[in-house]
Amino acid sequence: MKKQFLATIVGLNITAVAQAATPSMEEMWEMIQQQQGEIATLKEQLRSNDARIQETEVIAEATISAVEQISMAPSASSKTTFGGYGELHYNSLDRDDSASSKDQMDFHRFVMFTGHQFSDDIRFFSELEVEHSIAGEDQPGEVELEQAYIEWDFAGQHSAKAGLFLLPIGIINETHEPNTFYGTERNNVEKNIIPATWWEGGAAIHGEISPGLSYDFAAHSGLYLSSGDYKPRDGRQKVGKAKADDLAFTGRLKYTAIPGLEIAASVQMQQDVHQGEGDAIGGTLFETHVAWQRNDFQLRALYAAWDFDSAINNIMKGADEQTGFYIEPSYRISDKMGLFARYSEYDNLAGSATNTAVEQFDIGLNYWLHPNVVFKMDYQNQDTPTETGYDGINIGVGYSF
Amino acid sequence: MLSKLYRVTVVTAAAACFAITSLTSLSVSAKGVFQSGPDFYAEVFAPQQGESKVLWLTPEIRTQAAVIVDHPVRGLRIRYHQNTNKTAWILEEIGKEMPITIGVVVEDDVIQQVKILAYRESRGGEVRYPAYTAQYKGAALQEDYRLNQNIDGITGATLSMWAVNKAAALALYYHAVVTESSSTKSSLIKSSATNSPK
Repeated sequence: MKKQFLATIVGLNITAVAQAATPSMEEMWEMIQQQQGEIATLKEQLRSNDARIQETEVIAEATISAVEQISMAPSASSKTTFGGYGELHYNSLDRDDSASSKDQMDFHRFVMFTGHQFSDDIRFFSELEVEHSIAGEDQPGEVELEQAYIEWDFAGQHSAKAGLFLLPIGIINETHEPNTFYGTERNNVEKNIIPATWWEGGAAIHGEISPGLSYDFAAHSGLYLSSGDYKPRDGRQKVGKAKADDLAFTGRLKYTAIPGLEIAASVQMQQDVHQGEGDAIGGTLFETHVAWQRNDFQLRALYAAWDFDSAINNIMKGADEQTGFYIEPSYRISDKMGLFARYSEYDNLAGSATNTAVEQFDIGLNYWLHPNVVFKMDYQNQDTPTETGYDGINIGVGYSF
Repeated sequence: MLSKLYRVTVVTAAAACFAITSLTSLSVSAKGVFQSGPDFYAEVFAPQQGESKVLWLTPEIRTQAAVIVDHPVRGLRIRYHQNTNKTAWILEEIGKEMPITIGVVVEDDVIQQVKILAYRESRGGEVRYPAYTAQYKGAALQEDYRLNQNIDGITGATLSMWAVNKAAALALYYHAVVTESSSTKSSLIKSSATNSPK
């Protein structure tokens, strides 16, 4: 009896549970409708999110592009460039005959470059220099405008310039930032024969004849040797109210097709270095050089010779021939340091029968703190026939940017 | 009289020289755009195609890139093309004053090709010669993020050479980042050889 009662209760409970767990058809339909609604809502949300993501991507792309355009577009100020270089020298030299010595500290050159790009094809470039730190009456230095010209690329591989520019002669005349050459002081051959740094006013064209073979041609103001002068260096007028009765012409061919190798030759012709005063004296300069770099080894060699009309011998006998050469091997022993040696010889009276040549041997090192910052130290031994050569050490620091 | 004749002769010669060079100016171009970006990518991956991708310059990448090129890098991203383990990059570096557009192809962490796509300065354009750019082939990055090969320079074009060196090293670094080469580190060859600007 008791068992029958229990079974009945269990059976009722199961039925009730079963009835509660299994919804009716109506309830099922209602649930399905509800779920369909939820699915539709979710789909709509998904579509909306997709659209938002796409919109966000568009906004992000537009923002990034705008930021890039603003940050990378050349500003008006970027058309105008500024740079410079400078070098401080310390010389401790004694003359061979012990008659004098040269112990001095000199901020030899402080230079500022300013350039402006007017358009893709037209630009301006200038170089203003304070030499020996202080200029003025009875002061050792000078303020000099060494370059100021307009350059126009009139064709793909040809450009023309007009103004005041460096002449295309030698190795250091056009490229003379202190971090680009060995030795505290610039070499004496280019200084005393060419004479570097040499700039004139006029017009020039530069271009490429074929890949690796370039030319330069310039018509410009020339040297002016005033009474008693015979050295080319004394004839630089520096384009300050320069006498221009007779123009000078310079041409150069340069071969650079092989990486690491430069071979060049320049010729300058001037019909009268007296610029119409007194005897007309014509002069022709021939210069050739090679610069060869292979791995850590570099060799520079240069020869320069002036051939003046013999009338110049009336001013100084032997001045009709003025020649010089140097050879400079160097070796980069590390990323930062390079060693060099240089033998040079120049003679401003090479046309005379007597020995008047100045010989100099230099040995030293460059230490590049940064590719554009260099410390230099070298020893020089200079010999002249009259025992007036200077021997000793030179120390320098230089930079360019 | 002689002086006048001399001057006329020289000026005439100069004018003739000017005229001849003007007429021959279309033969080769030292300055300008030599190849477009799309043409460069097409040539690099031919006959296949590379996939256009973007490298976002995260602070970490930006910091390292600035060390390599010695100045802050501009922009937020670098676009490049990739096909498997070969990537092609078009980068700009300033030579003296104007940017040089440099294409660099890297495969398996070494440079396969460097090509100057555009040169805008009037001097130093010798870096575009194939004889010069061929020197970069096979170069990889050292641990100090410099090229492990010496590049013989061009007198008077040192700044252009430095710019190409930097772009080549930067492309190698970016390649290592995007390929995540096992090897970002192992590709940096341990070598004492250097390739600083000389």
